[in-house]
Amino acid sequence: MEVLINGAFIGALYGLYGLGLALTLGLMRQINLAHGDFIVFSAYLTLQGSLLLGVHPLMVLPVVAVVMFVVGFVLQRLVIERTLGRGEMPPILVTFGLSIILQNVMLELFSADTRNLNPGPLGAASIEIAGLSLGVLPLLTLAVSFAIFWATSAVFGSTKFGRAIRATSDSDQTAQLMGINTSRIFAVAMGLTLAISAIAAGFYGMRGNFDPSTGPERMLFAFEAVILGGVGSIWGTLAGGILLGLSQAAGSLINPSYGPLVGHLVFLVVLLALPGGLMSLRRRQ
Amino acid sequence: MISINDLHAGYGALSVLFGVSLHVAEGQTLALIGSNGAGKTTTFSVLTGFVKPRSGNVTLNGSVISGLAPTDIVSMGLAMVPEGRRLFPSLTVEENLMIGAHCDRKGPWDLKRVYSVFPALEPLRKRPSSSLSGGQQQLVAIGRALMSNPNVLLCDELSLGLSPAAVDIVYSAIARLRAEGMTLIIVEQDISRALASSDTFACMRHGGIPLSGPSAGADRAQISSAYFGMD
Repeated sequence: MEVLINGAFIGALYGLYGLGLALTLGLMRQINLAHGDFIVFSAYLTLQGSLLLGVHPLMVLPVVAVVMFVVGFVLQRLVIERTLGRGEMPPILVTFGLSIILQNVMLELFSADTRNLNPGPLGAASIEIAGLSLGVLPLLTLAVSFAIFWATSAVFGSTKFGRAIRATSDSDQTAQLMGINTSRIFAVAMGLTLAISAIAAGFYGMRGNFDPSTGPERMLFAFEAVILGGVGSIWGTLAGGILLGLSQAAGSLINPSYGPLVGHLVFLVVLLALPGGLMSLRRRQ
Repeated sequence: MISINDLHAGYGALSVLFGVSLHVAEGQTLALIGSNGAGKTTTFSVLTGFVKPRSGNVTLNGSVISGLAPTDIVSMGLAMVPEGRRLFPSLTVEENLMIGAHCDRKGPWDLKRVYSVFPALEPLRKRPSSSLSGGQQQLVAIGRALMSNPNVLLCDELSLGLSPAAVDIVYSAIARLRAEGMTLIIVEQDISRALASSDTFACMRHGGIPLSGPSAGADRAQISSAYFGMD
């Protein structure tokens, strides 16, 4: 039971990986193949900040989130924006290139050694709930994930910025007719996706190891969470992430090495049975 | 209010407008008529900032707006009801209206006033815009443009794809806006409707304006000649 609950907690982290991707894919209609590498890059920034300042990684995380917001804003304005309106391939190729560049830059700067973020006493702390011993760090991951999903849903669902980005996603040209600066709106949105990814990176680094080559696997989990939940659905991405985490935990109960395999199999089964993802069940109702 | 002065424009090697000049005084309505390919859409594209003029300019209240970005032109007081309504399908009716106020231009138009002018929209405010009938969608598109508190409203093919009853409703809304003193430029394929709903008209052909004048008492034979290019 505890294994499955922990699987759900890890799934919340997958959901958080996926949230940034869900926003770029579902709302901005862009695909960022370097998404996973930005998560790993953020983890390295958090590590460097934590070592440099001698503080807990969680203390550095808000600063890294701000830095990654700026990186996302600039990336969209200077690079990705130039690829838009020229078909589907240019943004895919450019972000694929970015992925390779980022991996090599990280290799050059931080070496290929496996690293992690030291959670300190938080890593071993646990609390007893209903006879189950639950880790404080996984619980914190779940709570932070929910808070970020709630805030993102509120921002995109009911603010002026959220309306503007949904309108831009529907029709860039008509949005401009309404006075919306679509370039700036997308740049802010990209900044937010990387800031969210930076928060995810902090919890990822405290739970597991990372090295410059682990980005594509993060990207895969993020992608699976988004597709499982339903493209464009913010809460669906959290549900998709949790289903993926549960599936991996269930697989690891059979054999510790089966976790990722069972996760991928569940992804394929859901994709076949519900191509619109879990949220399509709700829409049918 | 709005003046188009010796406007030349086109796309790449293709020239479309050849010295178009028009003036619409405050509170007046101009009907822009002409067959497909005459240059109406390009004229609107220059007015809204999506096409840069090759020469000539457009002034709004004395300020040159041609060449500015579309978002800046909206902020300066020019709004458009685009052809085919082009509502945002992922937004509700009310969100579509609110997006019209994105540039925060001050003026008399807000949600309350739009609902008072188009009372049919208030019960539909929470509905997805895509679930509305064509006529209802057109009223939302007009309301959305008004939410930016424009000085000049451009209306492109308001009757396109609508039932005759819906066209009547939409044009009664236009009549009300005219009565309230709104400055309008309307593009309309139905010449009778265009003339009945405007103070002046301009007939476009081959990127120029061979005929223009007051709509009241306009000579239909002359308009047909200018429209089809018959000498």
